[in-house]
Amino acid sequence: MAAITKSFPGVRALDGVSFEVVAGEVHALVGENGAGKSTLMKILAGAYIADGGTIEIDGKPVTLDGPKTAERLGIGMIYQEFNLVPDLGVIDNIVLGIEPTRGLFLDTKAATSRATAVLAELGITLPLDRPARRLSVAEQQLTEIAKALVRHARLIVMDEPTAALTDRETDALFALIAKLKAQGVAFVYISHRLEELPRIADRITVIRDGRAIETRVAGALPQNEMIQLMVGRALEAHFPDLPAVAPGAPVRLAVRDLRAAKNVNGVSFDVRAGEIVGLAGLVGAGRTEIVRAIAGADVATNGEIVLDGKPITARGPHAAIEAGIAFITEDRKAQGLVLGMTVRENTTLAHLAAYSRGPFISHAEEVGITNREIAELRIRTPSSEQAVKNLSGGNQQKVVLAKWLTGDAHVFLFDEPTRGVDVGAKAEIYTLMLQLLARGAGIVMVSSELPEVLGMSHRILVVRDGKIAAEFARADATPAAVIAVAAGVAA
Amino acid sequence: MNPETPPESVHEVKAALDARSGDAQVKKRRQMLLRTGIAAVAFVALIVIVNALTQGDFFTAGNLTNVLRQITYNAILAVGQTFVIITAGIDLSVGSLIQLTGVVMAQFANASGLDGPLLVIVTTLVGIAVGCCAGLVNALPVVRLNLPPFITTLAMMLMARGLAFKLSHGQPVPLKSNAFDALGTQYALHDLLARLGMPGIPWAVLVMLVVVLVFAVVLTRTRFGRYVLALGGNEEAARLAGINVRLVKMCVYVISGGCAALAGMLLMARFSSGSPQTGVGSELQSIAAVVVGGTSLMGGRGSVVATFFGALLIGVLNNVMNLLNIESYTQDVVLGAVILLAVIAEEFRKRVFAR
Repeated sequence: MAAITKSFPGVRALDGVSFEVVAGEVHALVGENGAGKSTLMKILAGAYIADGGTIEIDGKPVTLDGPKTAERLGIGMIYQEFNLVPDLGVIDNIVLGIEPTRGLFLDTKAATSRATAVLAELGITLPLDRPARRLSVAEQQLTEIAKALVRHARLIVMDEPTAALTDRETDALFALIAKLKAQGVAFVYISHRLEELPRIADRITVIRDGRAIETRVAGALPQNEMIQLMVGRALEAHFPDLPAVAPGAPVRLAVRDLRAAKNVNGVSFDVRAGEIVGLAGLVGAGRTEIVRAIAGADVATNGEIVLDGKPITARGPHAAIEAGIAFITEDRKAQGLVLGMTVRENTTLAHLAAYSRGPFISHAEEVGITNREIAELRIRTPSSEQAVKNLSGGNQQKVVLAKWLTGDAHVFLFDEPTRGVDVGAKAEIYTLMLQLLARGAGIVMVSSELPEVLGMSHRILVVRDGKIAAEFARADATPAAVIAVAAGVAA
Repeated sequence: MNPETPPESVHEVKAALDARSGDAQVKKRRQMLLRTGIAAVAFVALIVIVNALTQGDFFTAGNLTNVLRQITYNAILAVGQTFVIITAGIDLSVGSLIQLTGVVMAQFANASGLDGPLLVIVTTLVGIAVGCCAGLVNALPVVRLNLPPFITTLAMMLMARGLAFKLSHGQPVPLKSNAFDALGTQYALHDLLARLGMPGIPWAVLVMLVVVLVFAVVLTRTRFGRYVLALGGNEEAARLAGINVRLVKMCVYVISGGCAALAGMLLMARFSSGSPQTGVGSELQSIAAVVVGGTSLMGGRGSVVATFFGALLIGVLNNVMNLLNIESYTQDVVLGAVILLAVIAEEFRKRVFAR
């Protein structure tokens, strides 16, 4: 791959990335969240089409215009979330899409022999008829690898393959990779677990801000240097000054030993009035799950959430909203907005009772409050009656904010507040957060952008495996230190 | 916003906004005019053609009243169905609930020993209670276990139909009292309308108009209606906005069951008996009316008034084809084709007006 670029509206996700993989090599890609690894991977898979640059396979330039093409060219993808059909058995999954047939009918015998041949070659045994949903993570992964090999993959791209494996399973996987390497299969290996790279990778390329920063032989790149390269620049100074938290400021939100079914394993922290607490960590560390449990979006199985000294006893989002919690979700399209509804209808949705006489909604009051929010937040929309699906990302995000500002919430949970919004809207969202602080609100912010967490938080909590692994005061938090804790590397 | 530039005053922004929203409103009004204009021309043309074809039989007060009376039951069913479909659900049980509630109400009326208006009121309430309970049974597995409403209401369709036949031994249950005759066959506002040279309006039609009006207001003007639309548009966003989505969902099925019971009562009054045979297949008619009215089966959008016009369009077609002596098999073919065309036309309209 040479000089690959890929832009999305407002973002240049990849900016001239070049790298190469030779037969029988494991080439690791590392980088922060959002550095461009996934985008690169999706281009290799044919899921995205590059805007510029060239891709050559065995010296011949190719156009990757779709997943089928990538497959034909011998590229196999193994995503972190596997692509298996849950109700089909191992064999059926392996031959999915390339089922051997005899006339009009499926040739199950040929399918079985083809799948077992590959598995035998790999030296692994799998329960062949068991539906994928009942396989262990490691077994699913092996099925995926077999699936790629049946398609004659010469290059296998793996995203975080060890994230959900036990140590023993990881050893087995590495042995398998070594075996395939010996047969000339090449690997692109994406991982956050820096400590395992020396064991598995031949070369390492560090990606940052959509660029390939450095490629080195694995043995010649110590971990601390890798982290430095990943973080790179000094913090950009486009964040507003955070006013200090008043010494006697009351605790707005207290979380005690919070646990939830998924990835929240005993979390405790406080947020004071006028304070922003940033949750840092890798994707999948449990940051979103923590705020979801606080907001009542997921059921907390244990623990206490205390707002202004009063514990929230009822469950569900309604109880949290009543208590004064506003939850600005990560995915505004799926969770934050009713896209087909107007700016007005979205703005008033969470506090409709306030604009109603008995069961009847007062249209005039709705329009009044919406126009006020449009003016204050500078939402660029033709009118309050515009459907939000027609607004830009930044303006959609402002509508989500408007929905929560109209209530009397005093704890705001922001999950990725500036994802997919342009620089101008970002600054406006930061300014708004400061205004909320001035009103005495407490803020919890989850962000995958390290500069944002470091620049916009009074305190930084690093989340790992659903627990708070470390706490940094704003002054002590360096990008390298935060990344090291997040990645589980002893600093 | 660039922190360096001084912020414009809020008033300036607001003034600009007002100007812009003024533009938008003019544009919107123009669109509305265009839309209603096209619809009106099409409607007038249709009536002229139909009138010519039927040699004037269609456009008589008597016939138009007849059309309204014929669509009454379907329109009421379709109002309830509209609420369900807006939540991206479906209610297949309404036809069978007409059968069940008709039989239950007739048996209750005969056994109650009441008479006069009191009988009508109490019987109707009993029927509606039965319909609402059935709606609740439809809804519980949907909201609690996330089962598809297609299945739960299909099961209710079979259970209610079987129960109706079992209770009545397959025979219509004639009403002993004639207290329901007024609702079934007589006209309301007779004197007033006679003075204007018009025949009266059937009681049943009046009930339908009230139902349409009330539920149109519920859907467009109340919090509940907004929640129904929001839930249909994005259930997770609605839930996170603190809306009790389970309760709202239950309510729509209860409304649908209640509407079915009301239609069952009017049909019972019409035939002076509760029959386990009336209403078969009407669940599909009601869905057709909702869809022809432009409500999306994907949920999130819909209008009670549009549903009424959907039912009206189907009713007019049936009526015209009867007047033209088209045999009933052909009528079904035409009706099916019209439903398909209406949905296709709606899809194109959406694309043209989507911005």
